[in-house]
Amino acid sequence: MAYLKKSPWIIHYDATSCNGCDIEVLACLTPMYDVERFGVINSGNPKHADILLITGGVNEQSKSVVKNIYDQMPEPKVVVAIGICATSGGIFKECYNVIGGPDKIIPVDIYVPGCAARPESIIDGVVKALGILEDKRTKMVALQKKEGI
Amino acid sequence: MNININIDPGTIILALFYLVAAPLFGGLLTGLDRIITARMQGRYGPPLFQPFYDVLKLYEKESIVVRRSQNIYILFFLIFTIFTGGLFFTGGDLLLVIFSLTLAGIFLVLAGFKASSPYGHIGAERELIQILAYEPMVLLTAAGMYMVTKSFFVKDILNFNVPVIYYLPGIFIGFVYILTIKLRKSPYDLSTSHHGHQEIVKGITTEFSGPALGMIEIAHWYEVAFIMGFIYLFFAPDPLIAVSLALLVYFLEIVIDNAFARAKWQVALASSWLFTLVFGFSNIVYLFIWK
Repeated sequence: MAYLKKSPWIIHYDATSCNGCDIEVLACLTPMYDVERFGVINSGNPKHADILLITGGVNEQSKSVVKNIYDQMPEPKVVVAIGICATSGGIFKECYNVIGGPDKIIPVDIYVPGCAARPESIIDGVVKALGILEDKRTKMVALQKKEGI
Repeated sequence: MNININIDPGTIILALFYLVAAPLFGGLLTGLDRIITARMQGRYGPPLFQPFYDVLKLYEKESIVVRRSQNIYILFFLIFTIFTGGLFFTGGDLLLVIFSLTLAGIFLVLAGFKASSPYGHIGAERELIQILAYEPMVLLTAAGMYMVTKSFFVKDILNFNVPVIYYLPGIFIGFVYILTIKLRKSPYDLSTSHHGHQEIVKGITTEFSGPALGMIEIAHWYEVAFIMGFIYLFFAPDPLIAVSLALLVYFLEIVIDNAFARAKWQVALASSWLFTLVFGFSNIVYLFIWK
């Protein structure tokens, strides 16, 4: 069944964002956009989350945190990079301490560009991520059957 | 040796009905709770069946554990929560029901400690404080019901000629006060850090993922059904009035949940005991003198 699509729980991490995209992410939860209509919950706990939203590029200090959060999330999971900094590093790309987007550290499934990304496009990105989440689950189940778990 | 156990077939049917109906009722009430909460905040809110989608999803997820044994404790938490409600709805001994409820709570605390995460640890300690806060009032409730009906059995209290609330208004107020703790509602959602409060991440449930978290959710549904049954008991024997008043109390809890910020544990403990003493204990003293 596809219950994953009906109840995607989110964890949001600010890698080095200027807080512009973070505010837009939180705006999705407000009465104006209310993503809880689709069962989305901002969980704040990687072990409960299905979707990791990362805003901002990754620097030397945040790279271990990004990796750690990703590793703690139970499969199946997807990563959505939000804002132009999270897709490539944006205007901070050339900075001495910026590594680039989170895709340099962990696999990213969806890129949502924008500076800052609008709530509509963030919701669109999350909805696209749900399709990938379902694909990953199907693959996981197939693999489990193959290995006889 | 010949042990003769006589179990009424009606009780077995009732128990089986409870096993299926209680989580459905608890889940639906939780779904309704989320919709009403959303409407109070000017949002549209999730579908009614959202809690069921959540739990079914959790069973599609991978199970990550720090220690394998942590999920065994959660399993026992679920089993004893189901057992508590089962005893209650088949008309069992109220004292046994209360101690079974406490035992279930203790298994959750053990699970929190076992997962050895700092957040889980703080959550488990807060859960212990919460048990300390609500337990005296729950025991006084049982004592008060006994003083009125001269029986600890739920079926006798249920069939008492007048609603016990006539004799136990103070106990009822105290009981509703500690319900906020038991239903894990703000201002006393200290241990699980429900909703958007994330200062200890998710408290006692932090280290539980996938199916184990699903078990905690299902146990909560059983708990909600049990608590609603307990409120019903105050207003029995008229079912229509009792059910509507029980739902009204739940609505009051939603209002409280939305109207109050999180309290500190000192406030939770002190105010619970204050309510227990002022409303619960004085009611008992009054009954003692008056009877």
